[in-house]
Amino acid sequence: MTQTLSRQETPVSPPPPAPPRRKKHRDPSRFFRLYLPLVLYLLFTLIPFYWMLVFAFRPAGETTLLPWPITFEHFDTVWNDIGFGLFFQNSLLIALGTLVTVTVFAVMGGYALARFKFRGQRVFLLALLCTQFIPGAMMLIPLFVIFKNVGLLNSLTGLIIADTAFQLPLALILMSGFVRNVPVELEEAAMVDGCSRLRAFFAVTLPQLRPALVAVGSFAFIGAWNNFLFALMFASRQDKFTLPVGLSYALGEFNTDFGALAAGGVVAAVPVVLVFAVVQRFLVQGLSAGAVKG
Amino acid sequence: MRTRTWAPYVLIAPTLLLMAVFLVYPIASVGWFSLRQHTVTQPWKNGFIGFENFRRMLFDDPLFWQSLLFSAKWVVVEVGLQLVLGLVLALIVNETFVGRAMARSLVFSPWAVSGVLTTGIWILLYNPSTGIFQQLAQWGIGDPGTSVLGDPATVFPATVVTELWRGVPFFAILLLADLQTIPNDLYEAASVDGAGRWRRFVSVTLPHLRDAIVLSTLLRAVWEFNNVDLIYTLTGGGPANQTTTLPLYVARKAVDSHDFGYGSALTMAGFVILLFFSVLYLRLSKFGSRA
Repeated sequence: MTQTLSRQETPVSPPPPAPPRRKKHRDPSRFFRLYLPLVLYLLFTLIPFYWMLVFAFRPAGETTLLPWPITFEHFDTVWNDIGFGLFFQNSLLIALGTLVTVTVFAVMGGYALARFKFRGQRVFLLALLCTQFIPGAMMLIPLFVIFKNVGLLNSLTGLIIADTAFQLPLALILMSGFVRNVPVELEEAAMVDGCSRLRAFFAVTLPQLRPALVAVGSFAFIGAWNNFLFALMFASRQDKFTLPVGLSYALGEFNTDFGALAAGGVVAAVPVVLVFAVVQRFLVQGLSAGAVKG
Repeated sequence: MRTRTWAPYVLIAPTLLLMAVFLVYPIASVGWFSLRQHTVTQPWKNGFIGFENFRRMLFDDPLFWQSLLFSAKWVVVEVGLQLVLGLVLALIVNETFVGRAMARSLVFSPWAVSGVLTTGIWILLYNPSTGIFQQLAQWGIGDPGTSVLGDPATVFPATVVTELWRGVPFFAILLLADLQTIPNDLYEAASVDGAGRWRRFVSVTLPHLRDAIVLSTLLRAVWEFNNVDLIYTLTGGGPANQTTTLPLYVARKAVDSHDFGYGSALTMAGFVILLFFSVLYLRLSKFGSRA
């Protein structure tokens, strides 16, 4: 990370100015090495999305390639009859809760790693890295036992805790990289001016961390929104279902009702795809600031 | 700042607590369970049996070896293809062209989609009566009624493509982030020296990306090894256990037959394999070389 740090001083570097366009110099090879593969890949990405949208907005029984006449009957079915309205609410609460806890704890721990030298620091960092190799799927048995003993089964709080525990290590490593990229001199100057360390952090460092908060927070939101296995194992009561769990049942039960499946898919996809479209830029900038090279 | 203070310990306390309860303790208990006969449905037989579960796994359980072999095949094929396609995609969207921001948002978007939703989308696309192959057959391409997920010959490529759809953006995002840190003067210097496009890629781009490629590949290998939700919902491990990975096998042991003891032994086997990867990962990333 030191190597990266010396290369890049600020957490978010402005994009390099676009090279001046060469006048009237058309490079025919650009078609084959740029536009053609790009268009092919876009088709690969978008056709599945489009297929889902067509099924979601097309009346049952139709086979046209355009969802016309457009209908919202499938959304009515999944939202009201199957209960996706409730699943949506559960997923949203879990994702927002996880976002808050992961971001707060990651800022605290990341600050500790970046700004202090303390006994056990390397062991802590090593432990954080090692958690990346713990398979969540294989932890289901012991986690189930723990959750049962502490009464966290069928509780949204329990899912927030489990999601936080599994996402926090990576978020913390990322965040410590971001904090390290904020010049410590700013904070020291504020402290010389009489600020406490805490005030210096809130007044000087935290505002600089905004892109990092967006990146880490959206990671956490998307991860919790999408988590399937924990929700499947720990929330078996239907009123605690999340969207992925609801979808997985839709996959099995409504084998013939593709319209409902597709509409449920759209409900599950829209929030994360929107969040992602907004933060995608921060993500690439943030990662390229070197934070990822723990 | 070398002040002796409690502050850092207070700051990492929540993380330590969560890790201890939800990561360290479960691992220890898996280790303990793996040495026991422990079946929820037959509690009178429960008890300590030493390494019997491991003996059974290594010598009496062909499905263990079959799932392990499929896991290896899955990881190698999936990560290899994701890396190559992700690198190509990153190079493309790193170029300057009109609509680049839009193109990036679109090609990266499947990254945000969950495994279950990916399955939902591709089941719509693959289904034999109203899917894409039926549509193509109407246009005279291929046979109608092709069921790619039901046919043992096509289930593997069909599953691989589905996971590629969601997995390639991960590599593309990470590698694009790293591409943007390459100083432009390096390319200019190479051009002055007469290096062509391919030469610049091999001599400037690839060496610069080396660390990022190593790290993202290993991280991804672990994640793909552990990937359950997509395969579980798309094929359920079938047809005829053909697409059963080790974690999926564990999940089924736990959920279906409630054989926690044997399931834990399988989990330990997974750990040992992942530990090998971790060591490799830490060595290649030169962890600890930082002063």
